[in-house]
Amino acid sequence: MLVLEHLWIILALPLLGAALNGLFGARWPKRWVDAVAVGSTGAAMLAALELWREFASLPAAQVPWVKSYFPWMVAGSFRADFALQVDQLAIVMLLVVTGVGWLIHIYATGYMAGQGGYYRFFAFLNLFMFFMLLLAMAANFSLLFVGWEGVGLCSYLLIGFYFLRQSAADAGKKAFIVNRIGDFGFLLAIFLIFRTFGTTDFGPVFTAVGQQPAENSFGVITAIALLLFAGAVGKSAQLPLYVWLPDAMEGPTPVSALIHAATMVAAGVYMVARCGDIFVHAPAAMTVVAVTGCLTAFYAATIGLVQTDIKRVLAYSTISQLGYMFLACGVGAFAMGIFHLMTHAFFKALLFLAAGSAIHALAGEQDLRRMGGLRAKIPWTYRTMLMGTLAIAGAPLFSGFFSKDAILWQAYASGHTALWLLALAAALLTAFYMFRLVFLAFHGAPRFEEHAVHLHESPPNMIAPLVVLAVLSVAGGWMAAPVLWGGPNYFEEYLAPVFTRAATVAPRLMPAGEQAHALELLMTGVAVAMAAVGFFVAWWFYIRQPQRPDKLAEQFRAPYTLLLNKYYVDELYGALFVRPLAWLSDQVLWQWADVKLIDGAVNGLAATARDLGGSLRRMQSGNTRSYAAWVILGAAAITTFVYLLVR
Amino acid sequence: MPASWYLALSAILFGLGVVGFVFKRNIITIFMSIELMLNAVNLALVAFSRQLGELQGQVFVFFVIVVAAAEAAVGLAIILLIARNRQSLNVEDVDLLKL
Repeated sequence: MLVLEHLWIILALPLLGAALNGLFGARWPKRWVDAVAVGSTGAAMLAALELWREFASLPAAQVPWVKSYFPWMVAGSFRADFALQVDQLAIVMLLVVTGVGWLIHIYATGYMAGQGGYYRFFAFLNLFMFFMLLLAMAANFSLLFVGWEGVGLCSYLLIGFYFLRQSAADAGKKAFIVNRIGDFGFLLAIFLIFRTFGTTDFGPVFTAVGQQPAENSFGVITAIALLLFAGAVGKSAQLPLYVWLPDAMEGPTPVSALIHAATMVAAGVYMVARCGDIFVHAPAAMTVVAVTGCLTAFYAATIGLVQTDIKRVLAYSTISQLGYMFLACGVGAFAMGIFHLMTHAFFKALLFLAAGSAIHALAGEQDLRRMGGLRAKIPWTYRTMLMGTLAIAGAPLFSGFFSKDAILWQAYASGHTALWLLALAAALLTAFYMFRLVFLAFHGAPRFEEHAVHLHESPPNMIAPLVVLAVLSVAGGWMAAPVLWGGPNYFEEYLAPVFTRAATVAPRLMPAGEQAHALELLMTGVAVAMAAVGFFVAWWFYIRQPQRPDKLAEQFRAPYTLLLNKYYVDELYGALFVRPLAWLSDQVLWQWADVKLIDGAVNGLAATARDLGGSLRRMQSGNTRSYAAWVILGAAAITTFVYLLVR
Repeated sequence: MPASWYLALSAILFGLGVVGFVFKRNIITIFMSIELMLNAVNLALVAFSRQLGELQGQVFVFFVIVVAAAEAAVGLAIILLIARNRQSLNVEDVDLLKL
């Protein structure tokens, strides 16, 4: 019971790695930095695996397992401990974060080799892991918020890793600021929780919520849920706060993989699932979650159709897939949301790392229009990328097939037919844009100077993580395989204890029995058919008739331009928020408040003191006898004063 | 003789000291005026000591005499140096601190 007693070990390992590399890495050879970074995360993964083993033997009554280490904040009636908590949900998150994170670390030792700031990169990466693990294990909202802000900070540091490039520095700032907007909602939610329940510990809060009936009007619980969701919208890049994620592509590719797969964006979904007890008590908030998720899934997929930067296509696909996860949470299928989070972590990390491998091979080229024909040149990258693409498109028996179809089925079966249709359309688009990416990059004739670029397959320390992730992308969903013949979904069953209370509050009217199973299979068939259509269209456009897409773009110029410019949302936000704020800061806060008001007051005080001193120094005549006169006058004044006082 | 006579003498001496201190220009005269004021105070202290029948006043006087002696030593040394550097004992000439 070593790790179960000392949960902090899992946190301490990556933190130690970050500290060692951050403090001494600059003077260390690459080998040592590698050993510390990969070793600390690898050890954290082993600790998480050991925790999983120990946790399995824990009696159900002791779940969630909470360990409080020391009081962290005590002020009046408020008290928050440094307390960590483990339940099935946390276990899943810990395994995904440490496992995928570890693979990305290994990959990064190859990808980042020879780049400036190598030690700094790994120090940040380890710190990122630390905050994400803290977020996953926190036992109260206050500590959760520390991890929440920590991953925001690390994403800022890593997106802006190439900070000498203006666009990278801007992207880092954008990510941080957009996240702050969501965090503001999250912070308000925490305040409201403390005000309502007098504590921020998960256990008492969820118990207190559980004793109330579901809120059908707009009350305090609905407000809390909506504010929490505002935080999740920022962190998990949903409409309307998704704009930071595509720009986050400015960071090195392993960072993109880490942000999109294991850490950061997963935090929002995790938090909503963690607060499932609160959300189910607010049906209105649930509807908001489901609709936002579904709209985002479709909206981001449409933008992904026409993007030409390989990493941006993947970025929009992440936003779209996160939308699916929120859709699942919104219809009450929290376990399915987490299931998709896990499979998505596998295949999206794979896709990013494989894309990074292709970019690496082409010496930094990211434009799909200047790729092509890479299949034979970098076969391992191609094979693993294909596995990831099949998984995300939902090809039968791949991991994405089980998780995405489960979400679609849950949406349909819980009566959200409109959302189901939209999500289904998004699934079609997903298959199309992913295969478009693969065909453009790996098939056809090369569209780059073959002699100018020295094409090379990536080194083994980059290929090995790809292969492992490819295996996970294929097999990661097989826990749900028995569903196909009417059996249980083992993943859902594992997570069931976490969501027991939520399930009793808002029992989902799921159809059951033979007929329902037949219906479920039918729905699965429909979803697979959609993916197949997407695949076929992509094949038709980009293999069979490569001129067709350009002609289509020519014919539908207006919608094409709209999509290519991402619905002009960045421009809209720029005009609505950024420029007015910049004007306010410049003209009012700087030129008026700072220069005139504050500087004026400070300079005025200084001028007053100077003038006063100037007039008073006339008393200093330098004449000894005048000093003597002052002394005597002073003595006389004091004597008179004392005399009057005594009398 | 009542104590008030001594006090009156003390006050007169002190007043003379003040007048000399303020109006004289020769540094040595000013210095002597200060000594005069100190001794006027000594006289008042002794008078009170006698009237109240306590020794504290006389002890004070000894302290004042000791301090005055030390002050005279330091003060005369300063005056000597001023005289040597400026060839003058006029207090108006010592005005380096002027504005």
